Amino acid sequence: MDGEEIRKIVLVELKRIAPELEDVAPAKPLRDQVDLDSMDWLNFLVALNERLKIEIPEADYRKLGTLDQVVAYLSAKAR
Amino acid sequence: MIEFKLPSLGADMDEGKLLEWKVKPGDKVKRGDVVAVVETPKAAVDLEIWQDGIVRELVTQPGQTVPVGTVMARLAAAGEAPAAVPTPAGRHPVSPAARKHARELGVDVEKLPGSGPHGAVIVEDVDKAAKGGAKPAPAPAAAPPADKALAMRKAIAAAMSRSKREIPHYYLSQTVPMQRAQDWLTACNEKRPVTERVLMGALQLKAVALALKDFPDLNGFWKDNAFEPASGIHVGVAISLRQGGLIAPAIHDAAERSLDELMKALADLVRRARAGSLRSSEMSDPTITVTNLGDQGVDEVFAIIFPPQVAIVGFGRVAPRPWAEDGMIGAVPTVVASLGGDHRASDGHRGARFLAALAVLLQEPEKL
Repeated sequence: MDGEEIRKIVLVELKRIAPELEDVAPAKPLRDQVDLDSMDWLNFLVALNERLKIEIPEADYRKLGTLDQVVAYLSAKAR
Repeated sequence: MIEFKLPSLGADMDEGKLLEWKVKPGDKVKRGDVVAVVETPKAAVDLEIWQDGIVRELVTQPGQTVPVGTVMARLAAAGEAPAAVPTPAGRHPVSPAARKHARELGVDVEKLPGSGPHGAVIVEDVDKAAKGGAKPAPAPAAAPPADKALAMRKAIAAAMSRSKREIPHYYLSQTVPMQRAQDWLTACNEKRPVTERVLMGALQLKAVALALKDFPDLNGFWKDNAFEPASGIHVGVAISLRQGGLIAPAIHDAAERSLDELMKALADLVRRARAGSLRSSEMSDPTITVTNLGDQGVDEVFAIIFPPQVAIVGFGRVAPRPWAEDGMIGAVPTVVASLGGDHRASDGHRGARFLAALAVLLQEPEKL
């Protein structure tokens, strides 16, 4: 699975949690653009885990600040 | 004979619109079964029944709006001689073959006119409907989003105005060091897959529920000029809805649940609250409410009690703050826990002791 496919999946799951979301600036912090509380964030990661079968340890949350970072992290793990 | 009445699902509800019956005359129901879906100003709610019985008559029709307390259906109690089941107005008997055929074609047989004996719906009626010959009556629609948002704001305004008008609030807060809780949670989540992780919010809920065991005067209702302690600890969780507004359904018996069970219940409750599929007992049973606005970055919450409850607990964000211990000042993660109490039911002295007990529990996470 390449980075673009992963990006699509990430955006679909993000919009499932925040349907009001329109555009996401890929390099800006996600939490500044989307109203995500800790339950939303956990549900987002659970959804990504289910779709991509990638485990995301809690210690790695800090690497997932922006959309680009999420895609890069998942792409690296998907290899 | 049991009269099934529209229950009050919170102080902000005067009436409800029946969207759908989940049962029909002749059906056996048992305690806890969902029998209808009702739209309230805040959400569509699955109405549960609280007695076993056999449905005799559906009085309220889908689409009707009725006040709280209206008899919506009549049931024969368990053991009561079963009477002939009257067919409700607008409904006809359905032949078993027609019912099976309708299921296969995806036709709602309950809403079809019947051309068989005694107006029974027969296979031909189903075929006709499937081909578009006879349109079933449309299901009553839920209100459009703009109306819903307005109804939600009105409901919140009514409940909060009543609270501020009637409840003499007192407010207390206590800063609680959270290093141990945070470390404990990190260690606990480290070993777990993402699907089994526990959030700090669940830990805080459990601490509130456990602390309440020794403070029954904060857990209950103010009704008819008197305090009525609750028999269980059913913690209402304030959940913001993405389309605006909030709802505070209960997690039943929160003190008796393990932290993992509580986390699962919380995740399920938030998901269903936002999807609009809450149960009536969750709406009517909260004995206290917890509101957590830490994720939004606030330090402290001064919350308004949701009547007829007599207390509300708020949590701000867990963040590093200066903290003095053993004569040294360091940066320690802390949270401000606050209590809004009803002075008719308790005093600041009791509230302060409750917050102190809560602070102790939050610093002993392994006991939660």
